Amino acid sequence: MFHKILYTFFLILFVSACSTTSKDTADSSGSGSSGVFNSTSTTSEEETAADSGGIEPGSQEDLIVNVGDRVFFGYDSAELDSDAKELLQAQAAWLKQHNKASITIEGHCDERGTREYNLALGERRAQAVKNYLNGLGVGVSSMSTISYGKERPAVVGSNDDAWSQNRRSVTKVN
Amino acid sequence: MKKKIFYSIIIFLISFKLHSLEVTLTQGTIKPTPIAVTNFYSKDDKEVKIGKNISMVISDNLERSGLFKPIEKKAFIQDEESLSNQPRFEDWKIIKAQHLIAGKIYKKNEKISVEFRLYDVFSQKQLLGKKYETSEKNWRRVSHIISDAIFERITGEGGYFDTRVVYVAETGPKESKQKRLAIMDQDQANHRFLTDGSYLVLTPRFSPNSQKITYMSYMTRNSPRVYIFDIETGHQEIVGEFPGMTFAPRFSPDGKKIIMSYADPDVGNSEIYILDLVTRISSRITNSSAIDVSASFSPDGKKIVFNSDRSGRRHLYVAESDGKNLKRISRERGSYYTPVWSPRGDMIAFTKQEGGQFYIGVMETDGSNERMIAKSFHVEGPTWAPNGRYLLYFKEERTAEDGSGGESSLYSIDLTGYNERKIITPLGGSDPAWSPLMH
Repeated sequence: MFHKILYTFFLILFVSACSTTSKDTADSSGSGSSGVFNSTSTTSEEETAADSGGIEPGSQEDLIVNVGDRVFFGYDSAELDSDAKELLQAQAAWLKQHNKASITIEGHCDERGTREYNLALGERRAQAVKNYLNGLGVGVSSMSTISYGKERPAVVGSNDDAWSQNRRSVTKVN
Repeated sequence: MKKKIFYSIIIFLISFKLHSLEVTLTQGTIKPTPIAVTNFYSKDDKEVKIGKNISMVISDNLERSGLFKPIEKKAFIQDEESLSNQPRFEDWKIIKAQHLIAGKIYKKNEKISVEFRLYDVFSQKQLLGKKYETSEKNWRRVSHIISDAIFERITGEGGYFDTRVVYVAETGPKESKQKRLAIMDQDQANHRFLTDGSYLVLTPRFSPNSQKITYMSYMTRNSPRVYIFDIETGHQEIVGEFPGMTFAPRFSPDGKKIIMSYADPDVGNSEIYILDLVTRISSRITNSSAIDVSASFSPDGKKIVFNSDRSGRRHLYVAESDGKNLKRISRERGSYYTPVWSPRGDMIAFTKQEGGQFYIGVMETDGSNERMIAKSFHVEGPTWAPNGRYLLYFKEERTAEDGSGGESSLYSIDLTGYNERKIITPLGGSDPAWSPLMH
């Protein structure tokens, strides 16, 4: 009985997480500032529409398209807000579904900070995600973290929109 | 009621004024001293060319210091041959030279002998005279050593010309920048790349004997770590055996230790560690749930200064080198980062962020007399010249949404905030580190 409730709970989370993902994708497309990012998400959507069977289950592409690979943070913060938690719950469910998957969690920062401080902050963000996923039952041994500080922004531009998209963690399937 | 609002507006305006940081020039405008740097004289045609080159390097060094104004050579009256016997001070007085530098080069078997004299034109006295024997290909090094001797004699400060700079050369778009370690003389001569750009490299710093560099690299995939790079051999080794990221390294003043940050992969929090390079024993220096980074030793090795957000904001802290007697030294508003102890021991340079701007600042080691010397959208990472009078740092421009802009370049500046100059490098530049004196 309990298991059934839990299962339903995750199912609901999974569905709501999917809607969050599409919202996030739309947001980033709306910024129009990253050619790479845009074309990736557009291609994925087209592929999904044309041939949803083309995505290998448990792959990075599967995670990006059907769950969402990243969560965002506030300025100089490693706190997970409710949007981030919701998406990570979906990631946890997805990871358990594909229990073979081991992941690397990347922590990133915006450009407003020094290189060294941001390396530490990026690590803290990746760790926050790791801890949260672990609390949802994802084994610590299947997760590793890496910080890129401000070295690898997702979106270029010295503006609030770019900065908010660069303060992120990205889950990568190994 | 109206009066009250009026007052609060006034108070608001005043406090706003007080809190906007100004870059201050403590010495006002410095008037550079006119100096005549003549071509070093030789009878041999080949050495004549070297004599010209030596003179040019010395002249450029002195000019860049901001304290000297080399007089154009075509204004000189007395020729080099006659000058090599005895200066006619009247000829140098007329062109208003305060100091005069003359030199001679002799060929001696496979070596050259370089001799120089520094004169005070108005008192008509020789202030300094020295001779160096070296192989011909070392003419540039000798020029820097002579520049240092002249600078020291006239200003009373230590020299800084016989030094090198290691930095990170940058190319490519911002989201996938290629970064390579690069090294050059302080005047940008002898530039060469030390790594090939196939992996990310950050924050290089010299060992006290300038033979090694410690830096952070992503050479091993998914395991960013602190490395030591031997400049002569190109050999690299990882510093310590840490299961998580190590970063922000600096050598101790005796070169026997590395201070750096380590992020425990089980905790994700960055603490400061010192690794003894001889015994290989590491000791943990900080112990808090905060981020502790960017540690730097005092020149006597007894103290450290570092960056921490333990108060909830990013501030600078000084402690004994074992972490005891911890004290916060930064006092003002804004965020403080990357403190570096001056080689003279009397000051700490740092990066500061306030109100959407970044600054390079200096303060005394107890945090008093804080002063901003450079300001921009983004400036970061000051490094001291060995005489503690000049600094290098890097400046990054804003990036537009189309990816244009965002260039990163090295700059030098006088401790007083005067004489800011862009350092021309073949590619973009960041994370500079100034070497100690090489002689």
